[in-house]
Amino acid sequence: MEILVCAKRVPDTSENEIQLNGAGTDIERDDMVYSVNEPDNYAVEEALQIVARTGGNVTVVTVGGEDDEEILRREMAMGATRGVLISDDTFNGSDGRGIAAVLKAFVQTEHYDLILTGVQAEDGCAQVGGMLAAMLDYPFASLVTSIEVLEGRKLKIGREIEGGSKEINAIDLPCVLSIQTGINEPRYVGMRGIRQVASVPIPTLGASDLGVEPDAVGEVAAKARRVDYFVPPAGKGADMLAGSREEVIDKMMELLKAKGGLN
Amino acid sequence: MARIFAYIVHKSGVADDTAVELPVAARKIYPEQPCTAIVTGWGADLDQVCESLRGTYREVWKIAKEPLAYPNAELIRKALQSVVPAGSILLVPHAHFGVDLSPGLSIRMNAAYVPDVLDIEGVEGEWLKAVRQEFGGQVSTHIRCNLSTGAVLNIRPGAFRPSEAAPATGQVVDKSAEVGALTSRRRYLETIAAETGDVDITRQTVLVSIGRGIGEQENVAIAEDLAEAMGAAVSCSRPVVDAKWMDRSRQVGSSGQTVRPKVYLACGISGSFQHLAGIKGSPFIVAINKNPKAPIFRVADVGVVDDILEFLPALASKVREESCVPGKRGGGHD
Ligand SMILES: Cc1cc2nc3c(=O)[nH]c(=O)nc-3n(C[C@H](O)[C@H](O)[C@H](O)COP(=O)(O)OP(=O)(O)OC[C@H]3O[C@@H](n4cnc5c(N)ncnc54)[C@H](O)[C@@H]3O)c2cc1C
Ligand SMILES: Nc1ncnc2c1ncn2[C@@H]1O[C@H](COP(=O)(O)O)[C@@H](O)[C@H]1O
Repeated sequence: MEILVCAKRVPDTSENEIQLNGAGTDIERDDMVYSVNEPDNYAVEEALQIVARTGGNVTVVTVGGEDDEEILRREMAMGATRGVLISDDTFNGSDGRGIAAVLKAFVQTEHYDLILTGVQAEDGCAQVGGMLAAMLDYPFASLVTSIEVLEGRKLKIGREIEGGSKEINAIDLPCVLSIQTGINEPRYVGMRGIRQVASVPIPTLGASDLGVEPDAVGEVAAKARRVDYFVPPAGKGADMLAGSREEVIDKMMELLKAKGGLN
Repeated sequence: MARIFAYIVHKSGVADDTAVELPVAARKIYPEQPCTAIVTGWGADLDQVCESLRGTYREVWKIAKEPLAYPNAELIRKALQSVVPAGSILLVPHAHFGVDLSPGLSIRMNAAYVPDVLDIEGVEGEWLKAVRQEFGGQVSTHIRCNLSTGAVLNIRPGAFRPSEAAPATGQVVDKSAEVGALTSRRRYLETIAAETGDVDITRQTVLVSIGRGIGEQENVAIAEDLAEAMGAAVSCSRPVVDAKWMDRSRQVGSSGQTVRPKVYLACGISGSFQHLAGIKGSPFIVAINKNPKAPIFRVADVGVVDDILEFLPALASKVREESCVPGKRGGGHD
């Protein structure tokens, strides 16, 4: 099976405290630690496990800039056959629809049986996969937590629904699936693995290589635009316990007793 | 002015809570414009839902089709495309179903899409201003959304509190005939219920709940030890389950269990809305997190900025110390 995985490089929220810049136009990006968007990594692992069973190749694609190449290398170190960077100044300011339009153009220059995205990007809207499917007129399923390859160009997939239950569907190939965390255990990538792919060339494609319509991308095409960032209002806000750890624990003990927290 | 529609999620003949929340969001877009409910489904359940909505909506559009007996977003997208006029605004609850339905629907309708809308600050010309969050709720953003070709807005459940709106006496309009044959390349087969584990966290009065901040599997024992001392049980957030450090039956949240404890200790949990969605019944929430800006402190009653790997063992030994020596109070509390 030929599988395409769409991946994005995002600020890693478990490594950074997200702060605003002075003007509120962006988050503070100096010294930011970036990584592969968490569910995208699960998507790559799932693709690798599928081709290990059925044969085929895994391509990882990202729409971004030069800096984003590092995540392609990381996913190649995991075992992806190749990475493709799609980059063009005309893409700047694209919303999810614009990114999906670029990915659609790329998919149409190649042949894929299965396209995987993550459920949602850390700084995203859980939209690119569903939009891409609609643009390609492929069937789509979101929040996928299991994939089984059936005979006759079909998959049996599990989707997560409310309350931890799972909805089982049959879906025809080609299709687009958005992958939820926990579907597998992504393999570990060490520095050695990264070094082994360090010099593999990564092709970069632009708008003209893919035949992307200029009016389908960028700020002009965006129907939704982020205006600014701000710190959400505090709400009622917690009563913060201050003092030494011993003092805090004493106060906490009183509260727990009063609220029935000690059985 | 575009028409506004509310997509009604329902189950076993009962409309979801969001059915009374979506009109509140609609009034923030166009205060004077009534909002029309759209309900898809089949059989007596569907009729029952439509009937129940007549008190909230002046008009309820019913789409009754046998293939819609199970809410398959691929089919519902087609049905909605047939009945919703071009340029309309459609409101959908932002939960598992809405995430499946809406992005593709916005493409099919050539409409703008904004998911997980928390607030709406009004409309200026053809631009709607909405509030969202990014990075797990650490920062908020204003989004400008162009309404000129319509919009699909996914509304966060619970974000728009229903007020006492004037009760409507709505009529049900059957739109089924406008929808053609429905087939899909994705077919629903069955639903597998959530696994149950050794401990039923939904029945506990005190929960020590751990998040990604617990760091590694070995550290789960720290929380288990505290829970044992307190007579509580351990629950967790999703990353702990994804990493296979705890059983799925221990997960609190929209895709896990809904818990109603008296006291909830959130330890190394950032406080994403999907996690908070699983905490009901207004428990006393204590948050322990090393990041003073963690969103959990906005909803907790009491907060402590500390490292859980050190704080939890210290708390456990204090709890043990007090319960072992009856009558003795440890330390001063000034
Ligand atoms: C469709 C969907 C459904 C979802 N359903 C659920 C669900 O049911 N339940 C759920 O929980 N999530 C769910 N999620 C995931 C959710 O969005 C968050 O990613 C998740 O809740 C974050 O878990 P966390 O708070 O443990 O981790 P993080 O957000 O990574 O937060 C970890 C926190 O620990 C703190 N910390 C780190 N180390 C320490 C330390 N040593 N001491 C003290 N504090 C420390 C950090 O400051 C941080 O605040 C869902 C997501 C999606 C898209
Ligand atoms: N710029 C991008 N390049 C490649 N894939 C992307 C990009 N943006 C989003 N995606 C994919 O779409 C998923 C959902 O992202 P989003 O809709 O932005 O929340 C991500 O998990 C990725 O798999």
